[in-house]
Amino acid sequence: MGEAAHRVLGLTDSEFDLIVEKLGREPNRVELAMFSLLWSEHCAYKHSRKLLRRLPTEGERVVMGPGENAGAVSIGEAHAIAFKVESHNHPSAVEPFQGAATGVGGILRDVFALGARPIAILDSLRFGELDSVRSRHLLDGAVRGIGHYGNSIGVPTVGGEIYFEAPYEHNCLVNAMCVGIAKRDEMVRAAAAGVGNAVVLIGASTGRDGIGGASVLASAELGDGDEAKRPTVQIGDPFEESKVLECCLELLGKGLLVSLQDLGAAGLTSSASEMASAGGVGIDIDVARVPLREADMEPFEIMVSESQERMLAVVEPGRVGEVLAVCEKWQTGGAEIGAIADSGLVRVLRDGEVVGEIPVEALVDGCPLYDLEPAEPDGWIYGNRATLGESATPAETLLALLGSPSVASKRWAFEQYDSIVGSRTARRPESADAAVLAIPEADAAIAVSIDGNGRRVACDPYAGTVEAVLECAQNLACAGAEPLGLTNCLNFGNPEKPATAWQLDRSVQGLADACTALGVPVVGGNVSLYNEGPEGPIYPTPVVGMVGELPDPILAAPSAFAAAGDAIALLGPFEPTLAGSELAKLRGELEAGLPQPDVAAVAAACAAVRAAVRAGLLASAHDVSDGGLACALAEAAIGSDLGCSVDLQHLRERGCSPEEALFGEGPGGFVISGAREKLESLAGDGVAVLHLGKVGGETIEIAAGDRSLTVPLGEAENAWRSLAV
Amino acid sequence: MVWGVVQFPGSCDERDALHACELAGGEARLIWHESRDLDGVDAVVVPGGFSYGDYLRAGAIARFSPAMEAVAEFAAGGGPVLGICNGFQVLCEADLLPGALLVNDNLRFVCRQVELVDDGDERLSIPAKHGEGRYWAPDEMLDAIEAGGQVAFRYAPGQNPNGSARDIAGVRNEAGNVLGLMPHPEHAVDAMTGSTDGLRIFEALARVGNPA
Amino acid sequence: MAKARVLIRPKEGILDPQGKAVERALPALGFEGVGHVRVGRMVELEADDPAQLPALCEKLLANPLIEDFEIESLDGA
Repeated sequence: MGEAAHRVLGLTDSEFDLIVEKLGREPNRVELAMFSLLWSEHCAYKHSRKLLRRLPTEGERVVMGPGENAGAVSIGEAHAIAFKVESHNHPSAVEPFQGAATGVGGILRDVFALGARPIAILDSLRFGELDSVRSRHLLDGAVRGIGHYGNSIGVPTVGGEIYFEAPYEHNCLVNAMCVGIAKRDEMVRAAAAGVGNAVVLIGASTGRDGIGGASVLASAELGDGDEAKRPTVQIGDPFEESKVLECCLELLGKGLLVSLQDLGAAGLTSSASEMASAGGVGIDIDVARVPLREADMEPFEIMVSESQERMLAVVEPGRVGEVLAVCEKWQTGGAEIGAIADSGLVRVLRDGEVVGEIPVEALVDGCPLYDLEPAEPDGWIYGNRATLGESATPAETLLALLGSPSVASKRWAFEQYDSIVGSRTARRPESADAAVLAIPEADAAIAVSIDGNGRRVACDPYAGTVEAVLECAQNLACAGAEPLGLTNCLNFGNPEKPATAWQLDRSVQGLADACTALGVPVVGGNVSLYNEGPEGPIYPTPVVGMVGELPDPILAAPSAFAAAGDAIALLGPFEPTLAGSELAKLRGELEAGLPQPDVAAVAAACAAVRAAVRAGLLASAHDVSDGGLACALAEAAIGSDLGCSVDLQHLRERGCSPEEALFGEGPGGFVISGAREKLESLAGDGVAVLHLGKVGGETIEIAAGDRSLTVPLGEAENAWRSLAV
Repeated sequence: MVWGVVQFPGSCDERDALHACELAGGEARLIWHESRDLDGVDAVVVPGGFSYGDYLRAGAIARFSPAMEAVAEFAAGGGPVLGICNGFQVLCEADLLPGALLVNDNLRFVCRQVELVDDGDERLSIPAKHGEGRYWAPDEMLDAIEAGGQVAFRYAPGQNPNGSARDIAGVRNEAGNVLGLMPHPEHAVDAMTGSTDGLRIFEALARVGNPA
Repeated sequence: MAKARVLIRPKEGILDPQGKAVERALPALGFEGVGHVRVGRMVELEADDPAQLPALCEKLLANPLIEDFEIESLDGA
């Protein structure tokens, strides 16, 4: 048992010394494996935990906050909406189908571990540019994997986003979000309780999947030779999960469980110790009682295996028989593998003999937390690549933007997802700015959006992150929804490098400030660091998922125009610039810096749009984001098969050039359509409404000084629908 | 009018089917796959999903369940049976309907609203969502099915999402009491979620099951 | 106890998009002159009474409408 072992497992020398100090001796093999996982960045949040304390987590609608399996907000008299987003980046870079599939599986388990029935999935994906075979392979695999898992288990995938940027070439991002519904008084927490209670493992048998996954893959940068990491990738089985899900919901419905936790990263080790820690108790696990898929597994392998579709439950001794009977009914595994103890220890036994013993506190809370050493980099560090020539006309520019994979329709992807199972989906992907789901149990509906633009965050991590939160709020406003809560996944590079540390620090501050200003609590989330390789870090990519409430799902406005003759207007404090824009990217002119968003003004615009949508005043509402106003107008036109003719003069009077008016980006812009008087009635009280033109014809005609353009609707559609692999 | 919706491990759309049945009129209940007792239902629906994980072949294992044995007897006695998507696959595996469903020709799952044409040339807008929905039978069998008026639905021109032979989206048995289709009529019964054209299919089945 | 392997293939004449996809991918990987790729399934089992195997294949392992099957004995017989 040499010291070198701890380094191979990802622990620093000083971390190892601290372990020795806490144990009063050197750790044995089982204990070292357990520490290496629980003290990895992925599990311990060593470099981010201090920062995350800045986030606002309270609110009158919060039912479960950070620290539980997922967050939850109240809805209606008796229900709650549970939701969370999580990353599965490193496994997806190695094996995209299984990486993405098991990412979905894991986030589903986090939600039903609370006692909430999953009702929706959303996914946020990032790859390198599509001219790379690798990126096409990753995109194809990830989309098939998400579809395979979500479709098979019968939970609709209702929304998401996909971006293509060179910095993600070697470090793709796969973030999966799940939303579920529960009755508030049937929800269960993760904290283990009741000394003498039994610990029951439910679900699939335990094999060698993902052994060492957490520390080997997620706490270090990916380099050459990551093919050899393939054996440690987890394999998912959605059919097994559907049985485990029904089994757990039935067990919770019958009040048979004291607490429930899913097994994710670091398998039994993390679930058992986190449950014990939350409950202030100790826990004994006998590995000889764990149902195994492979006969010759060692105790440490059993403790760190990341085999999927397993849950850990605490059960009163007298009720274990009933629990196992429900598992039998659903044809899924059930085994009593241990007990809650009064020891404050996590004890691993084999056939009654202790093979490992660690104080819970040392394992879960004893990990050192590190301060970042941030230093702002000098300017733009990501390089540029021009793909659009200087001589491109405005019409050609619009077509290039619409056809740019990050902007283009994602229909090729979302048609591979079942978006309608469960009969709640009132707005399918790309029909409205947010997914809308009916919640008849609470006589209400919810809208959900997941957003984040890493490139803009790279330009200014503070402003870019504030924009991500505003983007979500704007999307929800178009659906007539009021934000209730937020979840986030922070995907960044190596935090030990000063530039990345600065990005992380500024981004978390932006997230905290935006959420506080909007009054939207953060109810949970995830951090994924070390997303970088020899070529450098990914764009700093905080992905934000927001859930909002609306009284009636049929109110949600479509994104696309409705009728020829309708007026078109621009609502909100939109002041576009080319900074961080898709056009700047295509021209190879990206540089550091973004204007600082006016959160209060954007919030007022959101409130106005929300009220207008609820009052039925708008025929359509679509927020302006990637590609700017010209793209937003084109998207609304393509979706309706109706052209438009608009003049951007009023927008230019705010001081932007014709090109900025057409293709500039920034928060606070809503393209709305409907009866002109109704649109104009929304102006006032700090909310501006600029008349732009009207719906109709077969072309997209935009007057913008010397950059005016006319594009046939069919050509615009061909460009926008060009994304496929 | 009492509807029975069979539920297998891995079924996904059984509750959606229950709801559609009730909208069409009557009471609907789930029939657990292990039950040989159809409880006196007037019509049976075999729903969509991934019964038994689609292991071996879609529907290959589900067709041998006790409930499906009871459904086969029910069908032999003239009882109306509707198989939707995975249910259609189960009925074909069970030889209650002719033909087979194969992997979509583009090898991808597809979820898309499609236009169907029924045997009265009426158009219906119904969502399709499947990875193995390509209907196939040998040419002689297809000729016999068409000659016998057993083609219940075809995809409208240009709307075939999976390469199904002769654009066939749904078929009936010779006796006419068993119907299977790949698209999901239970997801077209509520204006909030899309079209309501699917209701007609349930209502037609209700008339067969409850002629009074 | 007889060990056997059952190979299940799509019938000739039925479009096999998986076979086609594999065939199309090969040249890009540097393998020329490969065609007629058919993708099927393989099941291995041990049976007390090998005489049951054909019926077992007909009834469950293969769908005779769309698939052919072949039983290989693994006992060296």
